[in-house]
Amino acid sequence: MIKRMFAAAIMVAAAFGVAEAKEWTKVRIGTEGAYPPFNYFDSNNELQGFDVDIAKALCAEMKVECEFVAQDWDGIIPALIANKYDAIIASMSITPERMEKVDFTAKYYSTPPALIAPKDSPLTATDPGSLEGKTIGAQSATTHATFLEDKYKGSTIKLYGTQDEANLDLASGRLDAVAADSVVLGEWLKTGDGACCKMVGAMENDPAYFGDGAGIAVRKGEDDLKEMLNKAIAAILENGTYKQINDKYFDFSVY
Amino acid sequence: MTATADATVVRPPPAKKGWTPARVGGALWVALWLVIAFLAVRLAVTEYSPAFYARYGPRILHGLLITVELVALSVSIGAAIAIPIAFARGSKNSIISGLAYSYVYFFRGTPLLAQTFLVYYGAGQFRETLEAAHMWWFFRDAFNCAVFTFALNTSAYQAEIFRGAIDSVPKGQTEAGEALGLSQWPIFNKIVAPQAMIIALRPLGNEIILMIKGSAIASIITVFDLMGETRLAFSRTYDFQVYLWAAVLYLSMVEILRRVWDRIEARLTRHLKRLGE
Repeated sequence: MIKRMFAAAIMVAAAFGVAEAKEWTKVRIGTEGAYPPFNYFDSNNELQGFDVDIAKALCAEMKVECEFVAQDWDGIIPALIANKYDAIIASMSITPERMEKVDFTAKYYSTPPALIAPKDSPLTATDPGSLEGKTIGAQSATTHATFLEDKYKGSTIKLYGTQDEANLDLASGRLDAVAADSVVLGEWLKTGDGACCKMVGAMENDPAYFGDGAGIAVRKGEDDLKEMLNKAIAAILENGTYKQINDKYFDFSVY
Repeated sequence: MTATADATVVRPPPAKKGWTPARVGGALWVALWLVIAFLAVRLAVTEYSPAFYARYGPRILHGLLITVELVALSVSIGAAIAIPIAFARGSKNSIISGLAYSYVYFFRGTPLLAQTFLVYYGAGQFRETLEAAHMWWFFRDAFNCAVFTFALNTSAYQAEIFRGAIDSVPKGQTEAGEALGLSQWPIFNKIVAPQAMIIALRPLGNEIILMIKGSAIASIITVFDLMGETRLAFSRTYDFQVYLWAAVLYLSMVEILRRVWDRIEARLTRHLKRLGE
């Protein structure tokens, strides 16, 4: 019954999507706000970051008004399904597991996963064998967490609500290593807290876990919005807006 | 208040029959719960997936075990700390009672979540100091940090429960003991404590129930307790029936505790029962 109610709700939503096909005037965008440099709150408590700038550029391209909603990572997909917002632009990797629940646009960036460790760590490799018996931290409900749980059976995996908490515990010495996106970790290593630690190296970029990069998630059936976003992504890649945003944050291309 | 021969016995008015607004409200309330229970059972049946239970069932049961360990350790260590604090609270020395009062004041007045974060991430900041004091091995482990915080927190509440219960035993009981020439310890142990326990029992049960539920906070500092395993399963499946199972397990723990408490109460109050009852 619940399933049917859900199906009905999704159909209604889809019907509305179709009805509004040509008049998406306002799009609500869900993001996390705790994943620098991709999305974070600055000192004025405003959302900033690569994801946020991309979202703004896409909205300008689609000529719609955008409203940002900050949502904890754990509940970011359920909240999309519950219609709290219309699209997730939060560095979400396109994975088969998530595609069962939501639809994705084409990727808008793709960076490999990596592993960091304290400066005095003897770790030199990132394969499961080298990390046998070690404690590795990651953010819960991420592709990195799933990858670690499945592939690093010999290690103890600790999961945190946000990436910052995992990093903090690495700095305090409770963890032997932290796995996350290479760019996110690279940015953190540059900060004062990150001075404790070093990059060990990239991890195996297994597409079964990490998918084809980060995409924008929309509710299943919202094909118009997905198409609009896809066209807008292609357009900003084409017209140089994407490169401008890319260069604002990184000295290499993340696409 | 004068006794008269023709005193009439005032009886309560006969109970109202029929559908009073309160009764309608009550029935609606029960109906609501029945509907929720029905939907919950329905959800568990329609969403039944053997793969889900095979994968997350054992993990969630393991999480349940961790929760039980966490609560059992915290509550018993907390009780051991609470008893001296309860006495210190009632001490005639104002410095001792003041210190005990500030302890209780702090732990009751701040959220358990804040205390847990303070201990866990705070200890991380003072790693060098703790290492020098040979205490880092203890605070390195998230489970230890959780037990440490929960024990301190619950000890503050338990101290208040014990103190209140001891105070509620009439002074005459102690005086009677003294009149019989008993010394301090037998007076406390044989006269005051057994009566205080009857008073303390129910609030103590409440405190343990709060601790069972409060222990879910441990999941935020990476302890895979019942809540931690539940969140993990949810984050990977987005299947919210896992929260339903977590609720059922928490409810069962509280129900078992309630039954144990009934037994203990029956035992403690056995002298109040009439013969043949």
